[in-house]
Amino acid sequence: MTAAGTPRYDCIVVGGGHNGLVCAAYLARGGRSVLVLEAAGQVGGAAVTREFAPGFQVSACAHLLHLMPGALMRELGLSAQGLKLAAQHLPTTALSGDGAHLSLAPAGLAQRLPADAVAYGEWQALGQRLAAALHPVLTDAPPRLGTGSWRARASLLRLGWRIRRLGRCDMRELLRIGGMNVQDLLDERFESPLLKGALAVDAVLGTNLGPRSPGTVLTLLYRMAAAGGAEALAQPAGGLGALSTALAGAATAAGAQIRTQAPVARILVSADRASGVVLASGEEIAADVVVSSADPKTTFLGLLGSEHLDAGFTRRVAQLRTGGLAAKLHLALERLPQFPDLDRQALRGRLLIAPSPQYIERAFNHAKYGEFSAAPMLEITVPTLADPTLAPPGKHVLSAIVQYAPYSLRSGWQAQRQSFTDLAIDTIGAFAPDLRDCLHSAQLLTPPDIEREFRIAGGHWHHAELALDQFFLVRPVPGAAQYQGPVAGLYLCGAGCHPGGGVMGVAGRNAARQVLREAA
Amino acid sequence: MRGGRAAGVRLAGGEEIKARVVVSNLDVRRTFLETVAPKHLPPEFLAQVRRFKIRGSSGKLNIALDGLPHFPAIPHGSPCTRGDMHVTDTIDMLERAYDDWKEGRWSRAPYIDMLIPSQIDPTMAPNGKHYMSVFVQYCPYKLADGEWTPQKRQAFGDTVIDTIARHSPDFKDLILHAEIRTPHEIEAEVGLTEGNIFQGELTFDQLLFNRPIPGYAQYRAPVRGMYMCGASTHPGGGVMGAPGANAASAILRDLRLAQST
Ligand SMILES: Cc1cc2nc3c(=O)[nH]c(=O)nc-3n(C[C@H](O)[C@H](O)[C@H](O)COP(=O)(O)OP(=O)(O)OC[C@H]3O[C@@H](n4cnc5c(N)ncnc54)[C@H](O)[C@@H]3O)c2cc1C
Ligand SMILES: Cc1cc2nc3c(=O)[nH]c(=O)nc-3n(C[C@H](O)[C@H](O)[C@H](O)COP(=O)(O)OP(=O)(O)OC[C@H]3O[C@@H](n4cnc5c(N)ncnc54)[C@H](O)[C@@H]3O)c2cc1C
Repeated sequence: MTAAGTPRYDCIVVGGGHNGLVCAAYLARGGRSVLVLEAAGQVGGAAVTREFAPGFQVSACAHLLHLMPGALMRELGLSAQGLKLAAQHLPTTALSGDGAHLSLAPAGLAQRLPADAVAYGEWQALGQRLAAALHPVLTDAPPRLGTGSWRARASLLRLGWRIRRLGRCDMRELLRIGGMNVQDLLDERFESPLLKGALAVDAVLGTNLGPRSPGTVLTLLYRMAAAGGAEALAQPAGGLGALSTALAGAATAAGAQIRTQAPVARILVSADRASGVVLASGEEIAADVVVSSADPKTTFLGLLGSEHLDAGFTRRVAQLRTGGLAAKLHLALERLPQFPDLDRQALRGRLLIAPSPQYIERAFNHAKYGEFSAAPMLEITVPTLADPTLAPPGKHVLSAIVQYAPYSLRSGWQAQRQSFTDLAIDTIGAFAPDLRDCLHSAQLLTPPDIEREFRIAGGHWHHAELALDQFFLVRPVPGAAQYQGPVAGLYLCGAGCHPGGGVMGVAGRNAARQVLREAA
Repeated sequence: MRGGRAAGVRLAGGEEIKARVVVSNLDVRRTFLETVAPKHLPPEFLAQVRRFKIRGSSGKLNIALDGLPHFPAIPHGSPCTRGDMHVTDTIDMLERAYDDWKEGRWSRAPYIDMLIPSQIDPTMAPNGKHYMSVFVQYCPYKLADGEWTPQKRQAFGDTVIDTIARHSPDFKDLILHAEIRTPHEIEAEVGLTEGNIFQGELTFDQLLFNRPIPGYAQYRAPVRGMYMCGASTHPGGGVMGAPGANAASAILRDLRLAQST
């Protein structure tokens, strides 16, 4: 508080998505006075639980928790804040048109596909070794090249050393496969199209990439590295929103203040420094540092304004590829549909409709031309099996990510919403013949819906496409890859930064560390 | 092979020729799967050679013409017709052409890169006649609907000719003969495995220090006295000569070293 009584904060965090909350919590624990300003009525951003039909709740965007480091969750004391997992180590099952569904659990694989099971074990072991070498890359700000700073050099040397320490065999393999497409990699190692399809999903989910797109081994390794090499899929009790509530609790407990329904209209700049924000209501709040978890386009072009940026930087931000391709389907179900060839354990887990890499590639082909997939790829969960509180007694919720549904649909989403919804439902219905009979109501969130409802320009899973030219040292754009943009006192902490999207919290934590280090 | 090192070659006719050094210009698959007995090669190396990616994607038409075709979109007397002419329309068209390759069929609307070199070098065709060289993508080595047949080859050629004819109304009437080459003929006639024009795909996993095989990017084969100098090696395909020159320096360096010790 200043003498005059107008509040003044060390740090304002724009946006209370999970990264904003993580960032706020670490800043507050670092002794800063922190105010989080969230436009929506609830915190969490794309990690929220919402009612989508009377009495039916769902994790509205993200629906599985598998990337957030355990250390981060412990540091912030999330279980003390009431976070419980309704299920963890959820199995993954690849659905097959002929009913011979494939469980990716080692036992199931060994029985069905002995040769692939061995190859899968080898791949997982290699993946874990590579992921362990790459994991530390995620946990700090990327080095800034060409500055001669000792930190940057040391960081690059450490990366080189970690890769070298993998040993000759693994290092060569990493350097060989790092730039490959995932289809070629899977073809080298596996036989079963069903298994290959399921593994390819992890490489392309949330991206504008198909299995034959360059860089898809990188996205796969990346996901493995973020997951710590062990794919432990979890479902928080109460949905992903419960995670965000716990993060908000941790931030508040550390002293941060959080205001919802407080959309920021502009970031204020005085004397070439960020100096606070103006809310849509006109209220001005001053701060030494502004950290934005909004996507980079919104932050730089919407809230800051290109008048504070040089033309080259503005162009790079404007050219970021931010069109999303993942839609979300929510079904309110009067009862549990019958999946004839699936046991209950599998149904509790993650179901994939991606019977081969070629199926995914064909689905992706449409997206290239501004069409939605004629036969989409789906990741399905029935969260009410592990957590019945999400629906009225005896009723169920189905939550599915449906790809590809391009942001810029040539024929316009207005006209196509119903046909895509029907297509997605029927694609699932092929495995659950009574699905339509169980249906109470359906909700589809297309990327433009996600843009509007979650304030993510383009509605992209990662805020900005996760591809080599928008990666690591240059994410989101050169000149802003260390969580700091060209205007002093303005930082980024959302999915648009290194290491990207997913409910991971690492961008928020890295950004907080950077602020605490630099803005002492 | 003699005493664990390359000692020369045996021709198909049985003739043996001895040499201190054998350099192979063949692609890496042919070199190690067809000219060296597997027992001389490390098994991991052989496994990597087998998975070396060398999928063909291009076709070629060599067309004899009774005269110069007319391209109405190109102004009369323009030097453009003397140069390289492309049929590429849009990025989407190229992408769809590639989609066809992925599905194991030739592009229904192919990308074409054509040239009438006899305009510049009249010795390439009889007086008043012309020769047209047409490079086409995409044309797969393996078709999804079974083996290549002469009928399919003709259908592929017709697709290309129709595409050119869309831009040149008198083109078809001028054709005296069209030689159609799919990756199969390229493989059989030129010796490029699967008809891959670069003796191996130029993707990151097969470029720079990974070309042709990680750990063997210095032109030296895993067999002493044996080297590689074709487009399979760094920096890759195209009529460039660099793999050959680089290989020669590596060999000379080794020979000098051997001499000095
Ligand atoms: C369909 C879909 C499914 C997904 N599924 C999964 C999944 O299963 N598992 C997983 O790990 N990840 C998943 N993801 C990705 C994940 O949800 C996101 O990457 C992640 O939630 C982004 O978090 P964030 O905190 O960086 O940004 P966001 O969650 O986008 O938070 C940014 C916040 O800023 C607020 N904001 C924006 N502008 C302003 C303003 N002007 N003033 C105030 N506040 C503002 C927004 O309202 C929002 O709350 C999915 C994404 C999508 C789109
Ligand atoms: C249709 C097509 C169009 C192209 N267009 C162009 C272009 O316009 N510009 C460009 O720069 N590049 C072009 N290229 C690429 C270029 O032609 C090749 O990359 C390049 O010629 C390869 O040269 P090389 O010497 O490495 O191998 P090659 O030219 O393949 O030479 C290998 C030689 O080894 C011989 N051989 C094989 N097996 C044996 C054996 N057992 N014993 C003895 N000899 C053997 C072969 O007969 C051949 O002569 C094109 C290729 C194709 C197929």
